[in-house]
Amino acid sequence: MNELALAVPYLGKRHPAAARWVVIAIAIGAPLIAVLFGKTWVRILDFAMLYVMLAIGLNLVVGFAGLLDLGYIAFYAVGAYTFAFLASPHFDIHLPFWLVLPAGAACAAVAGIILGLPTLRLRGDYLAIVTLGFGEIVRIFLNNLNHPVNITNGPQGINMIDPLVLFGWDISRPLKIGDEITVNSLFLYYYVFLAFVVLSIILVQRLQVSRVGRAWAAIRDDELAAKAIGINTRNMKLLAFSLGATFGGVSGGLFAAFQGFVSPESFSLMESIAVLTMIVFGGMGNLAGVIIGALALTALPEVLRYVAVPVQQAVFDRVILDPEVLRMLLLSLAMIFMMLLRPAGLIPAYSRYSRPELVVGKAASGEAGK
Amino acid sequence: METLLQQTVNGLVVGSVYALIALGYTMVYGILGLINFAHGDVLMVGALVALEAIRLLQIYAPELGLVPTLLAGLAISVVVCMILGYTIERTAYRRLRNAPRLAPLITAIGVSFLLQTLAMIIWGRNYHTFPQLVSTVPLEPIAGVFITPVQIAILVVSATLMVGLVVLVNKTRLGRAMRATAENHKVASLMGVDTNKIIAATFIIGSGLAAVAGVMYSSNYGIAHYAMGFMPGLKAFTAAVLGGIGNLAGAMLGGIVLGLVESIGAGYIEDLSFGFLNSSYQDIFAFLILGIVLIFRPTGLLGERVADRA
Repeated sequence: MNELALAVPYLGKRHPAAARWVVIAIAIGAPLIAVLFGKTWVRILDFAMLYVMLAIGLNLVVGFAGLLDLGYIAFYAVGAYTFAFLASPHFDIHLPFWLVLPAGAACAAVAGIILGLPTLRLRGDYLAIVTLGFGEIVRIFLNNLNHPVNITNGPQGINMIDPLVLFGWDISRPLKIGDEITVNSLFLYYYVFLAFVVLSIILVQRLQVSRVGRAWAAIRDDELAAKAIGINTRNMKLLAFSLGATFGGVSGGLFAAFQGFVSPESFSLMESIAVLTMIVFGGMGNLAGVIIGALALTALPEVLRYVAVPVQQAVFDRVILDPEVLRMLLLSLAMIFMMLLRPAGLIPAYSRYSRPELVVGKAASGEAGK
Repeated sequence: METLLQQTVNGLVVGSVYALIALGYTMVYGILGLINFAHGDVLMVGALVALEAIRLLQIYAPELGLVPTLLAGLAISVVVCMILGYTIERTAYRRLRNAPRLAPLITAIGVSFLLQTLAMIIWGRNYHTFPQLVSTVPLEPIAGVFITPVQIAILVVSATLMVGLVVLVNKTRLGRAMRATAENHKVASLMGVDTNKIIAATFIIGSGLAAVAGVMYSSNYGIAHYAMGFMPGLKAFTAAVLGGIGNLAGAMLGGIVLGLVESIGAGYIEDLSFGFLNSSYQDIFAFLILGIVLIFRPTGLLGERVADRA
């Protein structure tokens, strides 16, 4: 929260308290502004919240503990599919939300440990490739486990997943206040997701300055030295993997409930890379940076979709670059140019406990000095 | 038994393509300690450029025979990929040579996706049929094993290239400079080696090999596609790790072993898992091997380097 407030231009450093209120106002008011441009934008905001959660979770693994994970979306998939199994007509099980979501989170955490155990000894690029392989294996299984026993329903995916029901209140239905005002479910989803995001932020922030967070930072900066001062690197790495995965799992569960439909297609490598780009873009290891990165890189492709497509239509009479291509182009260019020009991200991590491995040379010390 | 023999032949063919790609990974890793994530996509560019060149040649120079057309297409794609490899090294990697390890890796991922996106813009999302200029009709079976002319061509070409590369690295001046740079950049440059040039040369050679591998891969399967580089790239990386990354002989051995395991595994997976898994799980073998090797023998079969390079 404080970091986010500090990220507000000008106001942040002079009047942190005021900046904090600005952030809160933006968070609460965002969908009300977005709806002026059409309901799609509220939907995009909902997705942005899910991406923020994913980015927070991945940041825990990559930014805090320095373990580059390219298969992060697998945990999102585990959470989403667990939700789909336990709350849909697919197996005809309809458990309540408060049971299903923790189940998804737990499954994701276990998956995190399963991935973590064999990869404990690996660092850097090797770890990246193995995690990438893990992500692909999960996707291949999701795609093919419809034969001979139908578990995942293959490439078709699972649909008609139960919506979010909080205390008997189905938030996928519009809420009626009095006779005149009805609140669209997209808004309700936004506030529910926002609540989860806020909870995650608080949790992660406490974690970062805790003993565990400091241990992660130590491992990230120098694993051997960390071991030497008595940090149990094995347990700490496993904890990073499983906690990071938990965020992915919760986010996946929410995604399944929101979308009402899951299929392996949503969990491709491209999505893992997208989340990674978000945290690289925003500033690895810095919570505010990561959140802003996630918001920016979810919103920007959508803005392009509504701007670039009509422009192309007007200029060339046809659409040369469709929105999906634009998104990929944007993400890959963001990744390359951020690394070349501003390797510490948009908002570099500056505090004592969050100096990521990526901070190099002058750029880092210059930012840190401010 | 016949299945086993047949799958062995198929495995050798696929494996030699993997080996060629793996050489590119291993050379770059040996010198820079960088996993060139975009290597698989250079292969894709190689295949698509060759496809385009052959298409144009068939329109504008139809009197050219089949084999000259293919060779011309191959040559064009090799040159394009060499330029591409050099450009990538020059623009994206060189500036990050002294940056922390994660930075070049992330850039490499970015380059990989950038190449895919550009290919998607140029060639679209569709699968293209790759002109099969060398016949894919099996010859007379030998001992019940079918082998196609294109498979024979792949085996011959990749064996030649591998021998050529070994000679280049071990016998020539350039090769000696490459080995010296891999050993120690600073000392090599003190001895008068222009390490920047050597690194560029490594990328150029690797990309050229990738282009050839791409053309062979597409000729064998008859298709080309903007995302086709990902899987062979990943498998070739596995092959490089399996053989011991940074080690040329290791990359070749790893490629062949991986090809064999994969095709023999795919032939028997159904029996082994009591019908639960089928050959659509073929791609998992590479990842399993990668995981097992990294856990139990991170130096690979022939390697001396340690996986834990921080």
